Amino acid sequence: MSLWKIAWRSIQQRSLASSLTAVSMALGVALVASVLIIHSVVDQSFRRGSGGYDLIVGARGDSLQLVLNTVFHMRRPIGNIPHSYYREFVDGRYQLTTEVAVPVAMGDNYQGYRVIGTTPDMFNRLQYRDGQYYTFAEGQNFFEENYYDAVVGSVVARRTGLKVGDTFRPTHGLSAADDTGYEHNAFRVVGVLDHTGTPVDQALYVNIEGFYLEHAHEEAPLTLQPRRTAAAAENPAAAETAPDENDRGNRDPSDQRHGDHAHHHQGPIPDEEKEVTAILVATSMGRAGDAMAMRRIIESEGVAQAVAPAEEIAALFEGLIGPIQMILLAFAALVVVVAGIGILVSIYNSMSDRRREIAIMRALGASRRTVMLVILLESILLSVGGGILGLVLAHGLVGIFSPLILEHTGVAVSALQFQPIELVLIPALIVLASIVGYLPALSAYRTDVARSLTAHP
Amino acid sequence: MLELKKIRKAFVEPDGGKLPILNIRHFELQGGEQAVLVGPSGCGKTTLLHVVAGISRPDSGQVRVDGMDITLMPEAERDRYRAEKIGYVFQTFNLLPGFSALENVLLGMTFAAGRSDTSRAQHLLERVGLGHRLTHKPPMLSVGEQQRVAVARALVNRPKLLLADEPTANIDSGHQQQIVDLLRETCNEENVALLMVTHSPEVAGQFERRESLESFNHIQIAVSA
Repeated sequence: MSLWKIAWRSIQQRSLASSLTAVSMALGVALVASVLIIHSVVDQSFRRGSGGYDLIVGARGDSLQLVLNTVFHMRRPIGNIPHSYYREFVDGRYQLTTEVAVPVAMGDNYQGYRVIGTTPDMFNRLQYRDGQYYTFAEGQNFFEENYYDAVVGSVVARRTGLKVGDTFRPTHGLSAADDTGYEHNAFRVVGVLDHTGTPVDQALYVNIEGFYLEHAHEEAPLTLQPRRTAAAAENPAAAETAPDENDRGNRDPSDQRHGDHAHHHQGPIPDEEKEVTAILVATSMGRAGDAMAMRRIIESEGVAQAVAPAEEIAALFEGLIGPIQMILLAFAALVVVVAGIGILVSIYNSMSDRRREIAIMRALGASRRTVMLVILLESILLSVGGGILGLVLAHGLVGIFSPLILEHTGVAVSALQFQPIELVLIPALIVLASIVGYLPALSAYRTDVARSLTAHP
Repeated sequence: MLELKKIRKAFVEPDGGKLPILNIRHFELQGGEQAVLVGPSGCGKTTLLHVVAGISRPDSGQVRVDGMDITLMPEAERDRYRAEKIGYVFQTFNLLPGFSALENVLLGMTFAAGRSDTSRAQHLLERVGLGHRLTHKPPMLSVGEQQRVAVARALVNRPKLLLADEPTANIDSGHQQQIVDLLRETCNEENVALLMVTHSPEVAGQFERRESLESFNHIQIAVSA
């Protein structure tokens, strides 16, 4: 019979106390694992959101705000920049260093989901992750000429029930909370995007020309865009260019990908009267040096800023989320240590009852070190058993909540997906168990055999 | 096989004084021999067995078992000696309650140098009449059955000497004889020397060699029998 089995029998003998201490350890470890998993989910959801482009060009101000607003639809836009800036990337001085440039204009929502004005390039030419282009679950991308066409993200489609052929009327305001109640003209859904696991799933994308038309004819000031599209607001005539069924057309999308951007379709509103909230720029391969130079030039001009979302997100993680995770981890580790102390107290309290058992083992020939080892193994079994239970608990919860996590963050997590650092948990628990088991083990080591054997049971 | 020479042992009392408990000039037991020690409570019977088993050390003197003086051994070596050479049957059985009958017997093997031999443990349990109680835990066994398990456990490592400390004291009179017979028979079968202490004249009367501890332990015992 192994010493493990002897230790296990001792645990079984005190099943209630053992279970309670193991459960407290399980909860502690589940907390640690949860913090690690949540951090990984947040990390992945942030990092994958900005795949496919290297730079975001937007109004000067807080660079993190620009990234959070443009990529993750969090916080408000800093302001707008002239549409001419966008042209610089398409056919101006930054053309050579630019692979794709996509303008985005924000300010509206539909049922709380952001409505974003953009060009068809957003879905035709940008990748949402390395090597992965947007695809459509239903319908197709909108065309540049069809001002009142839109595509919707997968989550929005599921939540709102919008499908190809439906129309929706965006209201002014970035979110439901900001909603001014001002309703725009209806846009027609021509495509529903496949799920991407990015914030794109949670937004509606309308032709930016339609977006301009709506904002041009509205009377209410664009309170959510600090530098409102003044030119558009002063040009009510443009509003007359109302949605026109003839404009929608039925072009084959296959002739549109990777090419249309060269042809500049000015739209019903002159470029000089338009503004964009941000420009997503994918720089040309092998022109990283030029991209850096481009960034410096943009910064030096004092009108806009160019930020690399990956850098901002990394800085956010290092500066804010990393320390928060460390604090949470420290608290969770403290819970594990408290659970470890619980094991110490439980075993130590049982020692007075077990002196006779230890003395019997010694009388049968067990050495002091052997009985000490049995107590240590008992502590290790309780800690590691509780730890494994905690991991199962945390990952079981991940398994149960994975559809919800996928929907809200776009990150697909599996119950069997372990963080590398979790592998350190078990050895760490063995060390902890050895430390907390040492005191009772020492007590076993020092048991006076003759006295314990002659004491009345 | 067993030879005690000039053994002295005293306990330290709470006031710091010494209470002599053993003063044995000479005692010997041959291999395979069976002897019974009688004496009143408190005369040092259990202490003597502890000294022979290497659980306690005498203050002076020699305890030679199989030619080796165990008083010279470091503690770890005495533990090994106890596991391999000595079988011990206690008055209160001292089975571990969380372990089955078979596991209690195997426990005796775990601490000896060799590996667990389940068939040997099973054989001994069958020999003591408990082949049908292998998986029963002590609380599910009668006191007589528990002592049988203890006998099997004491013999499992093929010891040279079996020490039995009042093995029938906690057993009803109807079953006492069975335990005595079992101990004597199994020790004979396994060629194990048996040193039993008892204060029962009926049990002592069955042994060819009977020794009164008082006759060779030169201590004036203040307590009554």
